[in-house]
Amino acid sequence: MLKIKDLHASIEDKKILKGINLEVNAGEVHAIMGPNGSGKSTLASVVAGKEDFEIKKGSIELDGADIEDLAPEERAHEGIFMSFQYPVEIPGVTVTNFIKTAINASRKAKGLEDMPANEMLKKIREKSEMLDIDRKFLSRSLNEGFSGGEKKRNEIFQMAMMEPKLAILDETDSGLDIDALRIVANGVNKLRNSDNAIVIITHYQRLLEYIVPDFVHVLHDGKIVKSGTKELALELESKGYDWIKQETMV
Amino acid sequence: MDLKDKLISSFIAFEDNINVNDPVHDIRSEAIKNFELKGFPSKREEAWKYTSLNSLQKIDFSVFPKEEKALEYKDIKKYFLHEIDTYKIVFIDGVYSSYLSETTHDGVDVCLMSSALTKPMYRQIIELYFNKVANTKESLTSLNTAFSKEGAYIYIPKNKAPRKPIQILHLATGNEASLMLQPRNLIIAEENAELQVIERHQSLTSNEVFTNSVTEIFAAKDARVDYYKVQNDNENASLVDNTYVDQKEKSVVRVHTFSFGGKLTRNNLNFYQNGEHIDSTMKGVTILDGKQHVDHYTLVHHAQPNCESHQDYKGIFDGRSTGVFNGKILVDKIAQKTDAFQQNNNVLISDTATINTKPQLEIFADDVKCSHGCTIGQLDEDALFYLQSRGIPKKEAGALLMYAFANNVLESVRIPELKTRITRIIANKLGVQLGFEL
Repeated sequence: MLKIKDLHASIEDKKILKGINLEVNAGEVHAIMGPNGSGKSTLASVVAGKEDFEIKKGSIELDGADIEDLAPEERAHEGIFMSFQYPVEIPGVTVTNFIKTAINASRKAKGLEDMPANEMLKKIREKSEMLDIDRKFLSRSLNEGFSGGEKKRNEIFQMAMMEPKLAILDETDSGLDIDALRIVANGVNKLRNSDNAIVIITHYQRLLEYIVPDFVHVLHDGKIVKSGTKELALELESKGYDWIKQETMV
Repeated sequence: MDLKDKLISSFIAFEDNINVNDPVHDIRSEAIKNFELKGFPSKREEAWKYTSLNSLQKIDFSVFPKEEKALEYKDIKKYFLHEIDTYKIVFIDGVYSSYLSETTHDGVDVCLMSSALTKPMYRQIIELYFNKVANTKESLTSLNTAFSKEGAYIYIPKNKAPRKPIQILHLATGNEASLMLQPRNLIIAEENAELQVIERHQSLTSNEVFTNSVTEIFAAKDARVDYYKVQNDNENASLVDNTYVDQKEKSVVRVHTFSFGGKLTRNNLNFYQNGEHIDSTMKGVTILDGKQHVDHYTLVHHAQPNCESHQDYKGIFDGRSTGVFNGKILVDKIAQKTDAFQQNNNVLISDTATINTKPQLEIFADDVKCSHGCTIGQLDEDALFYLQSRGIPKKEAGALLMYAFANNVLESVRIPELKTRITRIIANKLGVQLGFEL
């Protein structure tokens, strides 16, 4: 589904990604771990299409087609979704209106009519129940005054509504207490199926206890320096990132 | 002949049609003298540094429309807030249109300035209030006073409130190649009275219109006044709006100014607090493009202790548009425990748009809370990316962010239909069709 080949990306001439290779297939969950500043969030942003980053070399393909020239919204229409580490507050626009706008924008891009109101409401009800989201929450302004946990839950709610092919969860576990973490993780697990793929970006192993990855990659200094299965995450947890850093030095 | 000379000589013709023995006429005569002395304000004056009236003075404006023109309601319906029942005071080229208006004398007076200025039954009130809060030294206000004859007259007695909001609509038909209008409004809310007013100036053609308007608002003890100015005029319509508010103890007056169009708009908004525990609110949303120019010049004079003032102006500027915000807060020595808040935030969409923002605080009391802040910025790229990543195209995403930016000014609009209308104008202005009612 997602094929990243020798990806180099910079921001203002500062090299951040220095040759990433990653292949994610339908039905898989990948975790990308690494110390702060290793390029994890940059990788997520580059795949989602943030324009601040310049791709110097390499390619990103989704289902065999290059996506580098697509705007962020076009990538969303192709089925890429990113859960933000710091979701933006939009006063005056409710969660419900926002999600309607987002879904109908994608439908319009595909030449479809707006989703009928009753179908939309049914879906909103279904997905909000799945994530244990209070109805009152849906009529609040998007992310405005939300707690850290509410913001993250709202991100996963949007993911549930948009049903992306590829979801990238950027530090979704940061700022969550254990109960919120469990709810978010359960939600993500329910969304897993054989047609979609999930990439989890995280500093800690904690989230991976709930969303068990098929593959774990360790990012260091803009490169994937180690790949393995879920056991690698545990090893990192006990040994710390210094172990990887030392190993790569050698 | 330049516009100043034309106006001064027109005053003689104006006197032919009014009762010059009326005490009000002494006020007019004084006012024309002041205008003759001072003339139009120039950019040399600090208060007019960023707004020039020079090009307007070169236009040969008709001061009195030569003939009346009738309009059908269906042609102008869209300029009304027609979704709800309201009283209406409508003027066509400065002349009252009884056909399009709906006035009342049922417990409250919602009628005409021309009646109030001439009928004996209003004499006492005119003596008490007419030209009493307007700044008699200010030249454009004096110019309006000199020609004051028509406008809206609203009087709400003690403990009363009109059954519905009041709309004041000034229409210019383009019957004249260029027309100058000088409406004069007087709004009085007696003790514990309440009212809501929506005011709009609208030119129906691209002919030049220059409106120099004066509105005096008096809010007695415990009175509550909401005044909404909708400025969405066409590219050859200019407006100088002089609004003066006199507040007594515990009164609440809120003025919202929505500036979305017009060639040149200058809003002189002045609040004078003459009692304790007064709440004065000034809010504005300005969205401009092309070569439009809007200048908000506000003054709050805190003259008594324990009062509040809130100013919140948001501006979005595209094209070669120019905006000005000058907010003056004056706190007298006696006005202890004043709580004055002022904020002006601006977003520049294009590289060629300009905003000049200037807070001016003169505080002579020592136990006050005064805060002010102004910002000028671009749309937040991270926020844009967030919306785009949800599949919302960049243009719509930008519009949503601008809407969110201006939104808190709309929150205090107390007529829901007006709020809906304003949000629709905003969406329209920003060129987007959003899938839901903002």
